[in-house]
Amino acid sequence: MGEYMIDLKGVSKAFRKDQWVLDDIHLSILEKEFVTLLGPSGCGKTTTLRIIGGFEAATRGDVLFEGKSIRDLPPYERQINTVFQKYALFPHMNVFENIAFGLNIKRVPKEGIQKKVKDMLSLIDLKGFEKRRVHSLSGGQQQRVAIARALVNEPKVLLLDEPLGALDLQLRKEMQVELKKIQEQVGITFLYVTHDQEEALTMSDRVVVMNEGRIEQIGRPEDIYNEPKTPFVANFIGESNLFEGEMKQDNLVYFQGKRFQCVDKAFADTEKVFVVVRPEDVELTGKTNGIIEGEVLRTTFKGIHYEMMIKSLEDEKEWKVHSTERRTPGEVVGITVRPDLIHIMKRG
Amino acid sequence: MVKKWIERSYSGLIFVFLYAPILVLIIFSFNESRTRGNWGGFTLHWYADLFRDRQILSAFYYTLSIGVISAVVSTIVGTFAAVGIYNMRYLGQKTILNLNYLPVLNPDIVTGVALMTLFIFFNFRLGFLTLLLAHITFCIPYVILAVLPKLRQLDKNLAEAAMDLGAKPFYAFRKVVLPEITPGIITGALIAFTLSIDDFVISFFTTGSGVTNISITVFSMARRGVNPMINALSTIMFTTVLLLLLWINYRTNKEKEEDEDEKELQMYNVLGTAGDTLSDDDRV
Repeated sequence: MGEYMIDLKGVSKAFRKDQWVLDDIHLSILEKEFVTLLGPSGCGKTTTLRIIGGFEAATRGDVLFEGKSIRDLPPYERQINTVFQKYALFPHMNVFENIAFGLNIKRVPKEGIQKKVKDMLSLIDLKGFEKRRVHSLSGGQQQRVAIARALVNEPKVLLLDEPLGALDLQLRKEMQVELKKIQEQVGITFLYVTHDQEEALTMSDRVVVMNEGRIEQIGRPEDIYNEPKTPFVANFIGESNLFEGEMKQDNLVYFQGKRFQCVDKAFADTEKVFVVVRPEDVELTGKTNGIIEGEVLRTTFKGIHYEMMIKSLEDEKEWKVHSTERRTPGEVVGITVRPDLIHIMKRG
Repeated sequence: MVKKWIERSYSGLIFVFLYAPILVLIIFSFNESRTRGNWGGFTLHWYADLFRDRQILSAFYYTLSIGVISAVVSTIVGTFAAVGIYNMRYLGQKTILNLNYLPVLNPDIVTGVALMTLFIFFNFRLGFLTLLLAHITFCIPYVILAVLPKLRQLDKNLAEAAMDLGAKPFYAFRKVVLPEITPGIITGALIAFTLSIDDFVISFFTTGSGVTNISITVFSMARRGVNPMINALSTIMFTTVLLLLLWINYRTNKEKEEDEDEKELQMYNVLGTAGDTLSDDDRV
């Protein structure tokens, strides 16, 4: 077919005149793909999800579902289901009635409902919970019921709005694995919203990094982490050192007053660039063996490594360095970076 | 010691002032003697008389039927109004709510005269219908005030979740929202009924053609002269309204407690989560 499951074409949204919460979003999602919208709060990721779910209308642009516009369809006519942030389970119904809600509307026969709900309960590991009140369940169990209530309708796309936000860390990690497993089992598209970068990197086939209503970068988790395209992505995903520099020629970048070997081609002569170096990619050497000399300001033990702030003697800029080797504050050290670990992005 | 004694007798005195008239009224409704201030022995005579008096029986009938119909109608209208107000944007919501408070605070006599003028202006003959319309009108704001807090406690995504699962808006409202706000609706209906059966001022101006409720009957009887039946009738009204108010209070307290239980539970969850996250951070 060559069609996308969901295709956002220049979607923009303004709640008030000329205050754009979403600005020209283009996003194509494949069948069976696990895509995560990642960004800080207020970046527009939840609004994007709500536009796809039908709870908000796009001010401009179009939303395609299997190639057809669903822009004007109300939520109850879309083959898409949602798992809400606070679950939104129906408090006066028990677990069975909650999961059966959508099936009852579709007038599925009684035996069919019984069987489907049962299958769902075994999928989410809550067999025998049919008659339980939803308020008597733990947060994690309520979460599972919310997922079952959506999945039982056999949607082609499941939208999840920070579904693990209310759970504690331990449970969150378990549910991440669980969710990925469920997605592979039912084999449908998951569109997931989170502000937790680790969650995004762990579960997704592709990550969409958003900021201030715009898409900063779309890519596989490895690409997003290793090859950030904008300073925002570099800072938001993991930690990084960000410097302003210039490309002198192919494979040679100039920053912090020094020349560094890199593996990027010059975009143009003396092109202005940003240079990104991950703290764990910085190598500490003897005082004079490095490209840059720096003085250790602070050293903090972080468990698997030490985090050190090192002030460059060239221009007083600080480097964040992660290393298993401890250096004492006051010590002067050399800094080098392997050419393939220097990331270059265009500036201006 | 002395201070405590003064405090107690002070509040005692206030209660005496507040309740002495009613107490006297109730006691004298059982008084055999026709003259006030003279105790002639216990009797239920006046109560029996009430139920033989045609005028009073018809007043009972009008009071109850107006009370029930206006409670039902104002509850339905008020509930839908509350849902509408709830779904408005902040500014509109505030404006409408302030407009809603106005009739609540407005002196009854102004409301009464205003309604009468309106009815006459539109050539309505004052009677049962105008009385009913007046009662529905002044009850609606109270129903809105009873239902709105219940809506505000709802999870905002609840109706959306229902629609997401295929429910059309009205079905979602009926199956998911309505059961959650029912306690508020019942409280609203009780308040409306209570207000309706004890209203005098507005009823006085908006009724006519021989349609009178109990308050108006008491008033006209009192004008005609001393009749111990008034005491009996007033006692019945007082007890009915008192019982209704106690019921309403009990319901609102119970609702509050339930909310607090829920809030406490949520609080606990949040604290639990925060605690876990903290300890995890410490470990890293």
